[in-house]
Amino acid sequence: MKNLIIQQARVLDPNSRTDQTANVYIQDGTIVAIGDQSTTLENFHDAEKVNANGLWLMPGAIDLATWLREPGLDHKATLASETRAAAASGVTTLCYQPDPATSIDNSAAVNLIRKINQGLQLANVEVIGNMTFKLEGKRLCNIGGLKRVGCVGVSNAWQPFENLNVMRRAMEYASTHDLTVFMYPLEHGLAAGGVMHEGEVSTRLGLPAIPAAAETVAVAQIIALMELTGSRVHFCRLSAAGSVRLIRQAKRDGLAVTADVAAHQLYLTERNVLDFDPLCHVRPPLRAQADRDALLQGLSDGTIDAICSDHQPHELDAKLAPFQQTEPGISALETLVPLTLRLAEDGVLPLLQALRKITFNPARIIGSPAGCIAIGAPADLVLLKPDVLWDFTLEKMLSQGKNTPFAGWSFHGQIQRTWLAGHTVFQAQEAN
Amino acid sequence: MHPHLKPGPLPLSMQLAPGNKLNHFLTVEGLPYQLLHDIMDRAEQFVTLPAKQQKKAPLLRGKTVMNLFFENSTRTRVTFEIAAQRLGADVINLDIRTSSTAKGETLLDTARNLEAMNADMFVVRHEHAGTAQFIARYAAPHISVLNAGDGRHAHPTQAMLDMFTIRQKKGAFEPLKVAIVGDVLHSRVARSQIHALTTLLTGEVRVIGPKTLIPANIERMGVKIFHDMDEGLNDTDVVIMLRLQRERMAGALLPSEREFAKLYGLNEKRLALTKPDAIVMHPGPINRGVEIDTEVADGVRSVILEQVTNGIAVRMAVMAMIMGGSAA
Repeated sequence: MKNLIIQQARVLDPNSRTDQTANVYIQDGTIVAIGDQSTTLENFHDAEKVNANGLWLMPGAIDLATWLREPGLDHKATLASETRAAAASGVTTLCYQPDPATSIDNSAAVNLIRKINQGLQLANVEVIGNMTFKLEGKRLCNIGGLKRVGCVGVSNAWQPFENLNVMRRAMEYASTHDLTVFMYPLEHGLAAGGVMHEGEVSTRLGLPAIPAAAETVAVAQIIALMELTGSRVHFCRLSAAGSVRLIRQAKRDGLAVTADVAAHQLYLTERNVLDFDPLCHVRPPLRAQADRDALLQGLSDGTIDAICSDHQPHELDAKLAPFQQTEPGISALETLVPLTLRLAEDGVLPLLQALRKITFNPARIIGSPAGCIAIGAPADLVLLKPDVLWDFTLEKMLSQGKNTPFAGWSFHGQIQRTWLAGHTVFQAQEAN
Repeated sequence: MHPHLKPGPLPLSMQLAPGNKLNHFLTVEGLPYQLLHDIMDRAEQFVTLPAKQQKKAPLLRGKTVMNLFFENSTRTRVTFEIAAQRLGADVINLDIRTSSTAKGETLLDTARNLEAMNADMFVVRHEHAGTAQFIARYAAPHISVLNAGDGRHAHPTQAMLDMFTIRQKKGAFEPLKVAIVGDVLHSRVARSQIHALTTLLTGEVRVIGPKTLIPANIERMGVKIFHDMDEGLNDTDVVIMLRLQRERMAGALLPSEREFAKLYGLNEKRLALTKPDAIVMHPGPINRGVEIDTEVADGVRSVILEQVTNGIAVRMAVMAMIMGGSAA
């Protein structure tokens, strides 16, 4: 593999808070130098040179929540289709979520996903294993074994625990193995049959609703169990203002807690469900404007560590039905980087802080060395042309799932090239 | 298959063609004031026209109306059937629960197949909110959809027959205080009535019920909330009682029918709190002794049976306005 110099890029590294024009030197898939060191470095005389003058270089995005569907639901998407979409949209690491259809109960399941991905090599795929057997919430999964084959965490996803004692023991057992538990906070009894946020719009549409308390009650319970068990918890997909308050306090109290939010929660609210738009049927549901404001505040003050896509590609039929009968979820992988950049453009977060939410912070949560532009870090990098205004359209989407409410939105900043461990996994046609 | 089949919002605006002509009748929400009066004016013509004369001018001759009832309701279906027949249409009743969807056919496939049988209008009732809108969006352009009740969302013809009945009895809406009582949470009728009453500039619209049966933020729809029945009934001109479904007790929404009847049932004593000429309405079927006492249901102030009669006229009016072109 030839050495590589990315020359004169605006290097954006949220970890070191670097924002400077520099050269980045890559050898054997790893960043070996940053700055102007062409004269001092050996081995780089015949390196491939990429002129990145006027372009931004950022760490590849790390998506904490990608529902990759294969094996089990490959009519919705496959690792091939989705990692290709990831590479083209600046995402270099995906976290495979357990799901009743694609259960991660044992090392064989993890190895199968690895094996499929090894034949593709368009993105890193990290795996979050099952917390309980078949996600049934009754018996512990072989969490120790899952840790040995490299699972970055365990989770019961949206499936309920039979009771809080099972949740307690699962958290305790995971922490024995120093594994982060990825908790989806939901009190299933309060959510009973609901498909959207309980509030003005659900009342108007007559749709069964999920109160914000269905989430905050669960957050409070999990925090209490963290105090009991000393386990490390990552809260997945916050949607309610009350959850942000509880987690802010838990952080102040010194608990080992992190949290993420799905990018669409930062732009859409319950009002987008008016007219029964099935593309806005998501779980947790889009909530009220006040919740959205609290989520943005939580991102800004550091309560919420990461932004993820919560990518859920679906086949057409899954969304072609009356709202209640449609499957929840947005095909969101390709809008993760654009929506995050837009937070900076809109002045919600400074650029480096926004990028940190999709790079360094999620990397830390899954224990990945990626997510930064530093010497010794893997060369998972994205080159971006900042000033281009482009339209996000269904025709341009590479994901097998076209279920997005963001079709027709315009974004600044077009991905020119994506490297995974120094290999080009995507290159825009007009790039030089 | 339609070439541009893709999911997305189901805009309410699709029920109106340019010039405010009705294309479909899906919900009262967003319809203009004048159109609601036009529907009532048209219904008035059908009420005053003897049935025999109507048959001489069949506005919908050669048209086919299909009743698609995914949820059982003999009463409502029959009034739509009579309305369509009086206008000269051919009517086909499909009890969908026992046919195709039980075999796993999707809603869209069912609608497509019926479309292919030369239907002109679908009258749709379904347990899920938004179903009529869904069918209207994806049906062929020549098909009109009439919502006969979708989940808890809307029941626009019921609301319009109620408005028509109020107008017959009271004239103008502006000075009126109207109370809607009982299980508002699960009621599509209440939601459509609220939209109709506020569009018609009703003086005050109230909802009365325990907190468990009043949905979140309903005040944003322009109503006042009362949890005390006596307070809520005070000085009202119109009292609309909603049907209480038996299964509400299972969901921990109410302790017992008896307690509900005691706190929110309409009896003679409570009726005395309303204006002396107040009318009592109920969309039916009524639970005597639960939400309404027999003396009140059958009393002089009750207009419950007139509502049923008006239901046919209003449904004729809406069908005629959608499919039959201009005035009768």
